[in-house]
This record gives sequence, C-alpha cells and structure tokens, in this order.
Amino acid sequence: MRRKILRFDIDTYREITDALVRNKRRSLLTGFGIFWGLFMLLFLIGGGKGVKSLLMRNFEGFASNSIVIAANETTKPYKGFKEGRSWNLQYTDIERLKVLVPELEVVTPELPEWGLSATRDEYNVSCHAKGVRADYVKVETPSMKFGRFLNEVDVQQKRKVCVIGERIWQSLFPDGDDPCGQFIRVGSVYYQVIGVDVSTSNINIGGSSAESVTLPITVMRDLLNSGESVGMICAIGREGVNMSDLEGKIRQVIARQHYIDPKDEEAIMVLNMEVMFRIMDNLFRGVNFLIWMVGIGTLLAGAIGVSNIMLVVVRERTVEIGIRRAIGATPRDILSQIVLEGVALTIVAGSSGIVFSVLLLQLLEVIAQHKTIFQIDFGTAMAALLLLGLLGLLAGIAPARRAMNIKPVDAMRDE
Amino acid sequence: MLIELHNIHKTYDNGQPLHVLKGIDLGIEQGEFVSIMGASGSGKSTLLNILGILDNYDEGEYWLDGKLIKNLSEKEAAHYRNQMIGFVFQSFNLINFKTAVENVELPLYYQGFGRKKRNELAMRYLEHFGLAEWATHYPNELSGGQKQRVAIARALITNPRILLADEPTGALDSKTSVEVMNLLTDLNRTEKVTIIVVTHESGVANCTDKIIHIKDGIIGETTMNEQHKASVFGTSTIMK
Repeated sequence: MRRKILRFDIDTYREITDALVRNKRRSLLTGFGIFWGLFMLLFLIGGGKGVKSLLMRNFEGFASNSIVIAANETTKPYKGFKEGRSWNLQYTDIERLKVLVPELEVVTPELPEWGLSATRDEYNVSCHAKGVRADYVKVETPSMKFGRFLNEVDVQQKRKVCVIGERIWQSLFPDGDDPCGQFIRVGSVYYQVIGVDVSTSNINIGGSSAESVTLPITVMRDLLNSGESVGMICAIGREGVNMSDLEGKIRQVIARQHYIDPKDEEAIMVLNMEVMFRIMDNLFRGVNFLIWMVGIGTLLAGAIGVSNIMLVVVRERTVEIGIRRAIGATPRDILSQIVLEGVALTIVAGSSGIVFSVLLLQLLEVIAQHKTIFQIDFGTAMAALLLLGLLGLLAGIAPARRAMNIKPVDAMRDE
Repeated sequence: MLIELHNIHKTYDNGQPLHVLKGIDLGIEQGEFVSIMGASGSGKSTLLNILGILDNYDEGEYWLDGKLIKNLSEKEAAHYRNQMIGFVFQSFNLINFKTAVENVELPLYYQGFGRKKRNELAMRYLEHFGLAEWATHYPNELSGGQKQRVAIARALITNPRILLADEPTGALDSKTSVEVMNLLTDLNRTEKVTIIVVTHESGVANCTDKIIHIKDGIIGETTMNEQHKASVFGTSTIMK
C-alpha cells in the first residue's frame, strides 16, 4: 500500500489544491510574483514588437535596395571650376547610369516641387507635387485605395492627371467618396484625379506621400520649365546586388559627366536605403536585446521573490510539516507536496500572466489602428512559460530542501 | 514485550554536549497503560521522542514489536511511525486549514488509502468519540477537549501498536483533562490499546496503571498503580 514516488492522482490533487486554496493570502502572494514576472516579460516583448511594426510602417512599400541621388553645390574646385558651383542632374544621366552600371534594374527620375496648395470647391490643403515616370512604382510601391497609379500613356501623352495622397483625399473629399474622375486644382492647373495612394511609408523622396500629388513627369517638366534637368534620380539594384558596393561606381559616373572632383562626396548626395534599413535592423536587434534583458531581469527578480516568499512559507509551515512527518509522511512526500504546490501555482499564475498580457496587447493593437502588430505569438508565450518553469524549479530548490529537513520533533518545539 | 529498551543513551550536542539519557532500561507489555513522569529537563521528552521514532539514540537498543529500531532512514522511520505509532500532543497539533475529518484521515493518506475509504473510516472514529457533527469544522472552531479528541482519533485511525501521549492534558482545564484521561483509560480497557503518557502532573500519572519516574536521565522507581492511589491529593483527581 505504500505510495509511489511523486504519485499524482485525484487525492494528491485535492491535497495540493486544498493547501493552496485554504491559504489564500500566501498563495496569492507567491502567485503574484510569478504572474508579474511573466506578464512583464511578455508585455515588453509585445510592446517591442509593436514599436517595431509601427516604425516599419514608415518603410513599407519601399524597395530596400534602392538609392536616391540628388545634386548639391560642389565643395572642391575641379578642372578649372571653383568650389560652390551649382549643377543639376539631367535626363541623360539616367541612360548613362543604365549603360555604365548594368547592375541597376531601374533608374528613374523625379521632379519635385514644394509649397503648393491643392484646391477643390471650398476645400483647400497645402501639398507638394512630384513628377514621376510609370516605373517609379518599383521604387515606392503605392497602395491604391481608389483608382490606379500613373501609367506609360499618361506620361507619353502628358495627360493632366494626378494621384493624390491620403491626407489630400481626406481634406478635399471630406465625405470619403471615390474621387476618381473629379478635378482638383494644384497651383494654377486643374488635374483629373485618377487614384488615391494610402501608402503609409515615411521614407519619401520629396516629402510624405500622404501630402503629395503625383503627376506625370512630362507634365511637371513643362510646368516647371525645367528642361533637361531632373531633381532626383532613384535607382534600384538587381536582385542580390549590394547597393553599398555600387555607390562608388554611381558617384564616379555622375562626377565625370558633371566635372565634379571624384573625391567630392558632398556634391553628389546619395541616400542609400540599404544602409538605412541596416541601421534600423541593428536598432531593432538592440531594442530586442534590451527587452529580453529587462524581461529576464524582471522574471529573475520575480523568481527570487518567489523563492524568498516560499522560504518564509516553509518556515510558517514548520509545524504543519512536522505533524505530517510525525504521522508518517516521508521526506519525499513533503518534497513532492511542496514541488507540486509550486507547479500548480506556477501553472495558474503563469497562465493568468499570459492571458493578461495577451489581452492588454490586443487592446493596444486595437487602439494603434491597422497593421500594427503588438501580439506575441504562441511560441514566445510557451518559451516564456518554459523559462519561468525552469526559474520556478530553481527558485523552489532552497525552500524545498529546508522543508525536507524539517524533523517531526520541530512540530512540538515550534510552539 | 511490545517495547524493550536496553541501556539507551542520548547526548545532544549543541555547542556544549548535554548527556540527557544515561542508560534507560525499560520494558512495556502489550496492553499496558503507563505514564512516564519527571520534572522538566529530566529527559522524559527525549525518551518519548525515541519511543516515537522521532529522534535517534546514540547507544543501546530499542526493540518495538520485535523489530530493532536503530539507525533507520527517514523513510523507514516515517513508515514505522505511520504503521505502529499514534501521537497525541500537548498542543493538539492539528493542521489548521484542514477540517476535523480531514485531520483524522491524514495518516491514511500517507498509507495510500483512497479518499472514500479514508473518509468512511475517519467518520467512524469521529462518531466513536461523539464528534460526528463537528466533522466538517476547522480546528479553530473546536474547543480544547474536542481538539484533543480529534487528535486522539487521528492517532488511532491507523490502528497503531502504541499510543504516545505527550502531556495530553497540558493545554486543557481540569474538567476536560478528566474527560480526556477517562477517554484514554476507556481505550486501554476496552480496545486494549497500549498507551504511554508523558507528564509532569501526578494527577495525570495517577490515572495510569504504572508510573515510571525518570530523573536526570535515568529511571528511578516504577510504581505499580492499579488502585490509582499514587496521588498525594487522593484518588480520581487531576492536579491543576
């Protein structure tokens, strides 16, 4: 009739739940440490994820292997030209880059103009315009709510059509109607709206896409009377090409054409998205590392707290354990009681920690609009629970040892 | 002989060695009702702990029901305690968060009985002691006498060979003390339970059939007390 090692059946279960439920205060106290540790860890992980996805929205739709080139005043004298000379990128530079740097898949110009205002009836909003070609979509993928983006024919035929950003659509069409086919005035020219781009990307060449009016570059060119010069050139590398390696080559091609000192880094502004993305990636890796550090620290502090409380509890239960020993409990019985109580408490408190953090993260997700992901995944929760279990086991060692060393005589002494 | 002690020595070593038991020889037969009397510090509690396999001894031999109880592992000791010995303590030592019936059935839990069987047996014992209606009450809802009766029920439920009572009336008033001693006497007479009572009260000792005096770690005189006239305060009294 002797019990086996760590037997677990309905009797043991009742024995454990009774001990926990009938000593609510200390169960709550111990459980709270576990609950809080797990909650904090998961909440931090979820929060980190949310911040990351919030920030990543700024990069959404933007080709990560792209590069943007713009002209700036020279800072070095070269070939008889003195420093401080203004120069412009030109349409010919596009062809030149395509031929001389075959690793580039797309090379496309952009003509920006700032400080405009868009008007429709009584509605008015400040905006900026950019003239692009149809292949610009490869640089910055639009996310069309209504209509379509510009196409080759729009550009060729110099159609006075435009794609408007989300802010402009909201300001000029406050009813939220489909604006396609309607006319808006930008500057002094009327354009027909053909689409609404709601892309959230904040890496924008020439200002936020929410506040921009995108026109065929040919229309823009006539409007600005800009001749052969272009504001910026965007280029995308072919798959597998490292843009940082191409940067030097691109600079060289441009510099030679425009008589710029090849060492004059500031004359040719090059914005390498790949570098930006790499910086962001590193940043997030750092943030994640920090989150895990803090989270595990919290969990560890929780575990130490639990260990402490359990030590006090065992001290408080000396008489009870002594009585149990006197009436026939073996040290193993006591150990299994303490350990199983700990396990039961960990499971209950740990799951509530998970549930609570999941609920709170879900709430954040609802508040933080669409596409922001705060929620932790199942694997993360399980990993955290496992980690907690391990820590709980470690935390339980000292109290369990003390409990096992309680002699039945202690029950009588401890009055 | 149910209990045989030969030349038991016990020394506590808490910084300074303290020789508590200095050669105890003792024999107790099945069905006896014995008290061990002595002043505090005489070694009677130590003797009780050794009899109850709660403590080890350094020298000598202790035979309980034909088994040598010496250098047992914690597990074996727990096993023997569970099977052969019932304890009744001065402060009752009931588990506070368990009801009366749960306290009584606890020893059976450690023997591996199922819940239903345990409960049935425990209820039978509680009924026997007139506590059936208090079965679902917690210890702090019971009077001292009731608590001690629950404790006695718990001690007896495993059908032990000996019942060890350490100052069973120490925390009770004189009226309940008489009740508890009568209960023990009754158990001895009708159920033939071997009972050893440790006390320093002559009145309590007077209720038993044999009084073993212990002084300074050795057995002094043993008084046969079938007539219960040992108390200087007369028969049937419990000095308080």
